[in-house]
Amino acid sequence: MSTGDAMSTGDAMSTGDAVKAPVLSATSLVKRFGHVTAVDDVSFELMPGASLGIVGESGSGKTTTARILAGLEQPTSGTVTLDGRAVEGHSRRARLRQARRLQMIFQDPYGSFDPRQTIAQSIAEPMRLHAPGSRKEHRARVDELLDQVGLSSRAGQSLPRDLSGGQRQRAAIARALGVAPRVLVLDEAVAALDVSIQAQILTLLDDLRRDTGISYVFVSHDLAVVRYITDTAIVMRHGRIVERGETEQILRSPRHPYTRLLLDSIPSPGWDLDRVARDRRALDLL
Amino acid sequence: MTLTIPALRARSARRGRRRPLIVPFAAGFLLLVAVAGLLAPVLAPHSPDATSLLDSLLPPGTEGHWLGTDSTGRDVLSRVMYGARLSLLAPLGVVLLSGVLGIALGLLAARAGGWADAVVSRGMDIVFAFPSLLLAMLVVAVSGPGLTAPICALAVSYTPFVGRVVRSVAIQEGARPYMESYRVMGFGELWVTLRHLLPNVMPVLIAQSTLAFGYALVDLAALSYLGLGVRPPDADWGSMISQARSAILQGEPWSGLLPGLAVLLTVVSVNVLGEHLGGSIGRKQSEGA
Repeated sequence: MSTGDAMSTGDAMSTGDAVKAPVLSATSLVKRFGHVTAVDDVSFELMPGASLGIVGESGSGKTTTARILAGLEQPTSGTVTLDGRAVEGHSRRARLRQARRLQMIFQDPYGSFDPRQTIAQSIAEPMRLHAPGSRKEHRARVDELLDQVGLSSRAGQSLPRDLSGGQRQRAAIARALGVAPRVLVLDEAVAALDVSIQAQILTLLDDLRRDTGISYVFVSHDLAVVRYITDTAIVMRHGRIVERGETEQILRSPRHPYTRLLLDSIPSPGWDLDRVARDRRALDLL
Repeated sequence: MTLTIPALRARSARRGRRRPLIVPFAAGFLLLVAVAGLLAPVLAPHSPDATSLLDSLLPPGTEGHWLGTDSTGRDVLSRVMYGARLSLLAPLGVVLLSGVLGIALGLLAARAGGWADAVVSRGMDIVFAFPSLLLAMLVVAVSGPGLTAPICALAVSYTPFVGRVVRSVAIQEGARPYMESYRVMGFGELWVTLRHLLPNVMPVLIAQSTLAFGYALVDLAALSYLGLGVRPPDADWGSMISQARSAILQGEPWSGLLPGLAVLLTVVSVNVLGEHLGGSIGRKQSEGA
């Protein structure tokens, strides 16, 4: 995860087709829980094959935004537009349409599998719902997907508890890809993994994007990870977007004091905790 | 989910592997009773209804009647074997019925939440507070003797016993992230509940139902003893004990003691097995975390 090859991810943008319509756009999303406004007027667009980072601390509203995109929360106001059509209501048809276009990867790869099903069964199940076909076709597709994410077919016959964290996250990615979505929302998808495994998963995600033209919404608190995997980013604080732009640009010369604070908070030589604390107090007074 | 200290965990794992000696005995005894009941027409030495007043109240060990005879000369061993059929089938009916009701209500309460949960849970509390035997007797008083009515009544009063456990496990399991991952994949609530939640609730349900089976057997035997259950000429162990009352007063307790012993040993075996199932499931779950 050196910063040197961070910009190479931008190449995927140019290989995308000429369609200029965004595959996903959020318009003025607001989500209130009682008196708390978790998401406050969040708008962004995601082009086909692009990768957008949503950065912020815990409580910044980034996860709530991701959950709204995936249909796990209903926005208080505002709309999500997928593939040119607004996601509306919670009907069975609307949810199926949404699921076919957008899938989500969770932070806890172990928890996101039914502990009693083998990995191959778990991957085949959403496939049966969204892409009807014979048992044989599905089995072939499962093997293909396992291969694509770098898992052996033996891993496919294992239960989730017999795999390592990295293998489980690969399996979760395979399961999401089985639906052939256009957008993948990754909510802290590598936060629970060891650093070396993180790098492998990030490389895998990068390759997948280049090969399939899928788009990512990458939610993370980890700026190094976001720098590697995304082209553009938005920085959220208290539910609002405080800064947006090219990821590299934001991280190299942050304009908003909060972004600067996030960058200063990363442990590094000459790290000044007092200054970070001082800056945070100053920011809270704003 | 749980933080386990390695040393403690190793010890509990060792203890888990060493199955208590009584468990195979309990399972073996239940198997024996089930086979005896199932194959009674083949294995029983006599017809259970063949009376012979000349041979009445023979003590155990008599040639031809190894466990003796009752006051009308019927072979006790044959009757205990035939009695096993109703004595095991009727509680099985109770367990199956209450299992279905308990699963339905428990899952409904856990998944719907809100007022549905409140209504179902309070309803189950009320039924739970009502003595099962009393409810069964009330129902029999209305419908007349016979096994169907008490089986239904007991099934209703055992429903909370199953339903409350199903509800709490389903709530716990339903909060796990994989439930949400299935929702994102576009699956309906019913599919996720039946296809993924229920199988993960099943182990606890089986352990709980095993215990319920023992309670139901005792309750049904008590009803039959009171003359409210099985109608003659059908017989279960409870009605056999009841018919032996006069013999016991005459100082010939055998024909009543043996069916009583059958009830006792069966229920103890069932409870041992149920406790063991419940315990080993608990262990397995904590190991998986």
